[in-house]
Amino acid sequence: MFGALIQSGLHIAFAIAWPPLLLGVITRTKAFFAGRIGPPLLQPYYDIARLLKKGSVLSDATTWVFLAGPVAGLAATLIATLVVPLGDRAGFVSFPGDFLLVAALFGLGRFLTASAALDAGSSFEAMGAAREMTFSSLAEPALLLGFLVLARVSGALDLSDMMAETLFEHPGQQGAAIALMFMSLFILLLAENCRIPFDDPTTHLELTMIHEVMVLDHSGPALGMIEYARATKFFVFAALLVRAIVPIAGDRLWADWPLFATGTLAAAVLVGIVESMIARLRLARVPVLLLSACMLSGFGIILLAR
Amino acid sequence: MNHSPLLDWRVGRAVPLELIPRLDLALLQASVIEGVREGLRIKALFGLVSVADKAVHIYAILADSARGRVRIGQAILSDDRLPSITPECPQAHLFEREIAEQFGLRLCGHPWPKPVRFCPGPDAMPAAHGAERVQVGVTDFFTVAGDDVHEVAVGPVHAGVIEPGHFRFQCHGEEVLHLEIALGYQHRGIERAIKRVPQKQTIHLIEAVSGDATIGHATAHCQVIETLAGREPPLRSQAIRGIALELERLANHSGDLGALAGDVGFLPTASHCGRLRGDFLNMTALLCGNRFGRGLVRPGGVRHDLEPERALECERRLDAALRDLEGTLSLLWETPSVQSRFDGVGVLPQSAAFALGLVGPAARASGLELDARQDFPSGIFRFAQTPVSSWPSGDVFARAYVRWLEIRRSAAFIKDQLHALPDGPIASDSIHMRPDHLAVSLVESWRGEACHVAITSSLGQLDHYKIVDPSFHNWAGLAFALRNQQISDFPLCNKSFNLSYCGHDL
Repeated sequence: MFGALIQSGLHIAFAIAWPPLLLGVITRTKAFFAGRIGPPLLQPYYDIARLLKKGSVLSDATTWVFLAGPVAGLAATLIATLVVPLGDRAGFVSFPGDFLLVAALFGLGRFLTASAALDAGSSFEAMGAAREMTFSSLAEPALLLGFLVLARVSGALDLSDMMAETLFEHPGQQGAAIALMFMSLFILLLAENCRIPFDDPTTHLELTMIHEVMVLDHSGPALGMIEYARATKFFVFAALLVRAIVPIAGDRLWADWPLFATGTLAAAVLVGIVESMIARLRLARVPVLLLSACMLSGFGIILLAR
Repeated sequence: MNHSPLLDWRVGRAVPLELIPRLDLALLQASVIEGVREGLRIKALFGLVSVADKAVHIYAILADSARGRVRIGQAILSDDRLPSITPECPQAHLFEREIAEQFGLRLCGHPWPKPVRFCPGPDAMPAAHGAERVQVGVTDFFTVAGDDVHEVAVGPVHAGVIEPGHFRFQCHGEEVLHLEIALGYQHRGIERAIKRVPQKQTIHLIEAVSGDATIGHATAHCQVIETLAGREPPLRSQAIRGIALELERLANHSGDLGALAGDVGFLPTASHCGRLRGDFLNMTALLCGNRFGRGLVRPGGVRHDLEPERALECERRLDAALRDLEGTLSLLWETPSVQSRFDGVGVLPQSAAFALGLVGPAARASGLELDARQDFPSGIFRFAQTPVSSWPSGDVFARAYVRWLEIRRSAAFIKDQLHALPDGPIASDSIHMRPDHLAVSLVESWRGEACHVAITSSLGQLDHYKIVDPSFHNWAGLAFALRNQQISDFPLCNKSFNLSYCGHDL
């Protein structure tokens, strides 16, 4: 009972406090490769705190939908962190079919963010919303196919059991399927979190943006929530990645949580390295890479179906 | 050989005004069209109101790059109608719009008669100063109608710290059908101010035409003044001008390559080139104390000498910067993800580049072998040639790669000059311009040919001054290169041209 309480407490504490650090790690990694020192590791926390203290500027053209976007986006990703297992065996909430909830929560957040973008009535934001929706129609199947691989390997339909199966516990065909799923998930992590090569989170060029251009008109606390949701979403994907390869049983409190924390940091460093080494894709080529994410998981399923 | 009624002339000599043939407007326009058909390019087409007869005189100056000569002619406008030659000769489109705007003329037959800078000149016909004052950017735009066609308006306020300009895209989904560029926000009235200020202050205005091309414009201006005076500046000063001009090219080209890398999200090259641009600017500062070369070039010579110690220091820094640049750029050329972004994007075919009258690296990247340093050599470039760098593909890669070729050749030129700096003074004493003369100078500034034309009054003072920045030619090229491209590639294409807003707006 006491152990479960500590696990739950750690889960919530991690889900709330850890995500912005990962963005700080990515920025520092990129700075290192560019030969700069870069901003402090805790800069994303300062940024979010600063934004939350500010006032907002709202256009006369906007309605409540404009503010519902950031709020719902943050709520959706925060709920997702409760469902996904982190350093514990099961998430805060766990039930058969909960992986569908994670995918649906991301879909909901995306829908409301795009609605808020359209609500601003700007051609930029509408263009971004169109791009986001087009690309997510390929990203969502890839995510579900990935989950399907895990469900097939574990024979379970809840994330706690599905994520208990790691690459190293299954050499051979099942391991190969998980490895393919892992690659697919990494591509998705880059795509869903608007990292290079899909999107450039640091660019100022509106015409090239995908996700960032949808939130151009948000300011103050709303922007703070968007930034926080962005960090949290990255955290969820990093958690899925880590749990797919790192053997975390969830019963050794003092080994599992540090292992998990290190794993997410490693994922952030990996993203930073990728961003330092390649250029962005041409926008018209983005669907090709997303389709290959679908196909990687699809091949995983084929391997398991034999 | 010269069957044209225009005057065939050498660039480095002043023309007595009475030698310039005064033609019928129709004949002048016909000879411009004929000249362009022969392969000449319009370098300047401008109007001025003569003090003597209060009529609008139209001057045309064509450049014959193959022979290194210019053709000059003028005509008097009899009423407020200006028949357009743009349909036969697209190069003239912006020049004609400019003339029509400055003098309040009715432009007949022009496919797109719009204001250029939204500011009629002081000599405009009364009709132009109508009841409603024109506002910058408030104008009709070319529109495309139909299902799924949408319009995207960018600017004049941009997300980056850049100059103001308005871009209007007509898109079908992600594809750009048409791009229209509306400038004029930076119009400061430089040409008019030149006539107003004392002659000693003119150079300060010239240095502000386009801050990143300070040396290019200052050199063009000084050459025009020196040509009018018939005085050659000391050879040593010409060499120092040449070094400064090439340093300016190095700084801007390396900065552009870094910015191109940044636009595709390729960080290593982006950050290194940002630093290297600073190194090149600091070399200019070593030369004259200002990173952008202000206060170096003056009529009659230069203001700062280059002692052997500083020449050595400059060469040492140049070698170091060039080595770093080579390393970081080889990464840019060899990374497949970068190549996939550069290749085949924003293609400007050679025929279009010529028809629109493009100049500079943008023209050379479309395979045109145009370089004023080679075609109209002046100053030190008469004695030390640099080869023309061109590339045939006309895409973003070509515009990037031409810059790299030029960087290497400019660096070689600078080193040659530093080793063999001519002896002698760096400035000649006061110069007096001859009355009633016209002079043209063409200088290959880093963006392309900067053309300055000056006409002196009967008292030997500047009566009229015309500046044609390379950007004035090239903005249309950018609009053309965007046709049927992805709208998300616009920032990349824009950066590959990197044109000057204030140079266009003057």
